[in-house]
Amino acid sequence: MSETVIPYMVKPHPVTGIPNGKFAIWLFLASEVMLFGALFSSYVLLRAGAPHWPPEGGLSSDILNVPLATINTMVLITSSITMVLAWASCKLNDLGKFRLWMAATIALSFVFLIIKYFEYSHKFELGHYPSHDNFYAIYFTLTGLHGVHIIGGIIVNTFLLTIGTRMWKTDPEHFTNRVENAGLYWHFVDLVWIFLFPSLYLL
Amino acid sequence: MSVEQHGTKTGTTGTAHAHGELAHEGHDHGHHELPFWKKYIFSVDHKVIGIQYAVTALLFLFFGFSLMMMMRWQLAYPGRAMPLFGKLFSENVMPGGVMAPEFYNQLGAMHGTIMVFLGVVPLAVGGFGNFVMPLQIGAPDMAFPRLNLLSYWVFVPGGIIMLASFLMPGGAAQSGWTSYPPLAVIASSGQTAWLFGMVCLITSSLLGSINFIVTIVQMRAKGLTFWRLPFFVHAQLVTSFLLLLAFPPLEAAGILQLMDRLAGTSFFMPTGLVVSGEALKIAGGGSPLLWQHLFWFLAHPEVYVLILPAIGIVAEVLANNTRKPLWGYRLLVYSVIFLGFMSFVVWAHHMFMTGMGTTMSTFFQTTTMIISVPSVIVLTCFLMSLYGGNIRFNTPMLFATAFLPMFAIGGLTGLPLGLTASDIYLHDTFYVIGHFHYVVAPGTLFALFAGIYYWYPKATGRQMNSMLGKIHFWWSFVSINFVFMPMFFQGMAGLSRRLYDPTVYAHGRGVQPLNVVISWAAWSLGLAQIPFIINFFISLKNGARVAENPWNATTLEWSAPSPPGHGNFLTEPIVYREPYEYSVPGAAQDFSPQFVAEA
Repeated sequence: MSETVIPYMVKPHPVTGIPNGKFAIWLFLASEVMLFGALFSSYVLLRAGAPHWPPEGGLSSDILNVPLATINTMVLITSSITMVLAWASCKLNDLGKFRLWMAATIALSFVFLIIKYFEYSHKFELGHYPSHDNFYAIYFTLTGLHGVHIIGGIIVNTFLLTIGTRMWKTDPEHFTNRVENAGLYWHFVDLVWIFLFPSLYLL
Repeated sequence: MSVEQHGTKTGTTGTAHAHGELAHEGHDHGHHELPFWKKYIFSVDHKVIGIQYAVTALLFLFFGFSLMMMMRWQLAYPGRAMPLFGKLFSENVMPGGVMAPEFYNQLGAMHGTIMVFLGVVPLAVGGFGNFVMPLQIGAPDMAFPRLNLLSYWVFVPGGIIMLASFLMPGGAAQSGWTSYPPLAVIASSGQTAWLFGMVCLITSSLLGSINFIVTIVQMRAKGLTFWRLPFFVHAQLVTSFLLLLAFPPLEAAGILQLMDRLAGTSFFMPTGLVVSGEALKIAGGGSPLLWQHLFWFLAHPEVYVLILPAIGIVAEVLANNTRKPLWGYRLLVYSVIFLGFMSFVVWAHHMFMTGMGTTMSTFFQTTTMIISVPSVIVLTCFLMSLYGGNIRFNTPMLFATAFLPMFAIGGLTGLPLGLTASDIYLHDTFYVIGHFHYVVAPGTLFALFAGIYYWYPKATGRQMNSMLGKIHFWWSFVSINFVFMPMFFQGMAGLSRRLYDPTVYAHGRGVQPLNVVISWAAWSLGLAQIPFIINFFISLKNGARVAENPWNATTLEWSAPSPPGHGNFLTEPIVYREPYEYSVPGAAQDFSPQFVAEA
């Protein structure tokens, strides 16, 4: 381990007004915007070039399960709220409440993935794999990548709920910053879904 | 001289240091000695990581160059068995010592990939950026030392995957460094390895660029305002933004191509594709052009990722060795910021021949002409910096001054490629190869060599041998021009790039003698690197020892011991003035360092 003291790891920089970690997470999210932006652009381009969308005919909302996705949207939005409450509990110095809200966030993430699992397996039962046509290719790639991001969020949040909480004793402010950064990421993952849901299921 | 300057500052520290030639030995915060693997292999120290990056990148550059030297045999003497080396390879790739076309394609694709993604970028950004930037801004380390460690150790497996792909059935990727579908999608499994390797490299530069930006913005020393930053730091900042925002679309494209290859989707596969007389069993409906758009959306900013750090290094070396302030420092900064911004809106000038339509072509032709303006401003500023200077022609300066005409040739020959009408004729000919190699090889690589000679004393505490350095420079300089200059003539004669046998068409036979010249020049260029390699290692032990500031330079890295110890600076650095205060009228000496209160 380095013993070099890095400035502004906990306290905000006097000029930029934020600590290093928060700055880094915003930059990371900027690159994520470019990643999903490129995928959304590809979707637009492929869809605009297709004679009919979905290529097999019908409407997107007939092929995909809109009620399940609506429930999932609610689940994710709720998890964003619980995430904010977890962070707010840290700010209010209440570690017990933090544990509660963080556990709720993780539980809701699992609910999302389980619902997603039922959606996927139904498609597979019908023999609709990504190779079926570009509609399914886009659907599976975008939601799959989003699912990977959910799993990433679960890993980070579980870390903060378990081993990561040790930091609370030594440096509560730093720990609160970490929860906030994880929250920023989580809201982004949420936001991606808010775009995915209408553009894949409804339009 | 440097002892005096330090005398003013060391008084403030509690520990008494014996200053002088080996100041770092007295640098001790009382921490215990780290075990070998933590100090040199999994180090979190930006200087060690920078050197790791640089050495790894130099090895990859040498490897990538070797691939090209093999291709040059086939181009000079098509179909003839390769002497000596031909026997070392299996019958699959070199039947009877003659290079197989598939192997030639692998060498071509991997030469490009290795030179760009594993050679130049890791050296320019990972190496120089990591080592020099925190020192120049007076920071004790990067903002996230462990993230820095991670970015290097994600880069290494990326490189290993790329190298290992040569051993896969069907060999390495062979669809060019651009990996255009549909060919790349139906290519052998080496292409999958290429894509996984790229994902590692993209992740690595993503982590690196976040770290760089946060470090530059948050961790500058007291008094180091935006307009007091050395130009190299500005260049690294813009570069990091390019890496941060341009690489993710390639990652997206890579994911889509992986889906096409592994899950059988048709993102890039059009309807009704027939391969070897058989219709492919795919859904179709995809767009090969989509890949090109996504790829070049990265790869054009990538060109500026290659050139901006080089411009930064040249600026440092020029200012130091002309002994006068950099001409138009603010203009240079505005230019690179504008370059960075514009580099996101010129990508489709690589695609004039794809039939994307004249409206698109006109737009990208216009933006391409606009982006040439800041590049010319940069060059003009550098030339003006030379004017009236009291120039010291040491090894770094030789490479830096050679950069100027070489980069100019590379840049100016790009204009006919950016204009749609002339591009129709020149597209995909050797002219293009000549053009971008002038930018990257005698341009960027010469600048990087300048940087190695310039900062070697800081990294090792010893000077490189200047005689060997001069041999290295002049030999390389002459050879490299014999390599790339004839390519313009070949291209104007219509010779296509990526031809396995350049004599297959009649119009190529007329310029075939030039291929022989180029190949011998390329092998000569390879030999010219021997003095450098010898110099690099011998100077580690035998180079003349140096103090903190052997070049009488003004920027902050020269206030730290050579080599800097853990935590870089002996006292907290404070910045008093702009970065290039050379030959200030009335000053006692011809340089007024940023870190000294009174000039």
